Amino acid sequence: MAIIEWLLLLFLIVCAISVSITKSLLNSVIIFMSYSLVMAVIWVLLRSPDLAITEAAVGAGVTSVLFFLALRKVGQLEHKKDEEEKE
Amino acid sequence: MNDELKSIWLKFFNWVMGNGPRPENEVLPPEPPPDLPFTQKPHDKFSRFHEATLKERYNQWLEIHGLHIFSILYSALSILTCLVIVVLLLATVAELPPFGHERNPANNEVIRRYVEHGWHETGAQNIVAGLILDYRAFDTFGESSVLFTAAVSVLMILGNSRSSKKYKFKQLHVYRNDDTILRGVAVMAIPVILMMGCVVVINGHLSAGGGFAGGAILSTALILCANAYGFESVRRFFNERIFIVSSSTALMIYALSKGYSFFTGANQLHSIIPKGVVGNILSAGLILPLNICVGLIVAGTLYGFYALFSEGDI
Repeated sequence: MAIIEWLLLLFLIVCAISVSITKSLLNSVIIFMSYSLVMAVIWVLLRSPDLAITEAAVGAGVTSVLFFLALRKVGQLEHKKDEEEKE
Repeated sequence: MNDELKSIWLKFFNWVMGNGPRPENEVLPPEPPPDLPFTQKPHDKFSRFHEATLKERYNQWLEIHGLHIFSILYSALSILTCLVIVVLLLATVAELPPFGHERNPANNEVIRRYVEHGWHETGAQNIVAGLILDYRAFDTFGESSVLFTAAVSVLMILGNSRSSKKYKFKQLHVYRNDDTILRGVAVMAIPVILMMGCVVVINGHLSAGGGFAGGAILSTALILCANAYGFESVRRFFNERIFIVSSSTALMIYALSKGYSFFTGANQLHSIIPKGVVGNILSAGLILPLNICVGLIVAGTLYGFYALFSEGDI
């Protein structure tokens, strides 16, 4: 069990660093989503299921949806489509 | 004689200065546009008799150096602000009691009281729900009212439903109404998500979860429905009016019932709210209705944020 916990924590750190490194905003939002999901698992391992449910619903669900909405508003989701059309 | 001399002198003067009669097909250089601040008319620059007044010179100096000085001032002030905040926070940390000391104010009888008597006093099997909705219910009330206030202010700023802006917003979004995959997933997922949200809200005092988490789950179901079938289909059962009415009613019920409970508890009066048997659905006094109130507010607010930011209207 301890190995799984260490792996999850390592994944958390890698996610947190790569969110800020990734150049594509869409990718960073998806990585942020996976960060929240792993964080929810860790909350369960830390025996606080209340926080786990809230983290999964708010962090991985609503926050990411609002981020995607913001990306669509600033036109970052149409970027790739334009490039494909040019090619 | 005098006039002739004058005209000859004028011709000579013009010849010397190069101001002779222009040929008709001469192309003049375009005059600089007068509005731009950086372009100066050439006669302003070279005329001997034009002395720049103090104000003009100040404006010129400001145009050249103003941005530089502003950026220096800006960074200096931001560094100063950061330093002040750092010093304040460090001073606060230095005032904190040492970590893990047994005489710390966090190690008082409150935790023991919660753990040992929480079951009997609140009637909640989930002691976290008993904490946040019974002992510390006014904190949760503050959270809910902050959420509601944020949603209402966003509605006031963005939700001008009767002006022509709404149609502009709508034109920005071309929804794929024929997205078969999304609709197929939504048909299967939405009832499950709604049921899950209701279970989390209603079982808040028995198992993990509660009003906030359940409300967030409900709002994701609403958002999925809005994405798959368009905002109009959600507006059929959840529009701006229903949002305002349900949220404010839930807040009022929360404030009144919890106010009654605190009033009777503080004055050692008999409360009419039954505690029930620990473990039943209908138990734990006020926690179940308060959970439902919080869930309603959170679901409405989070969906309202999504709708307002994407369409400009709930």
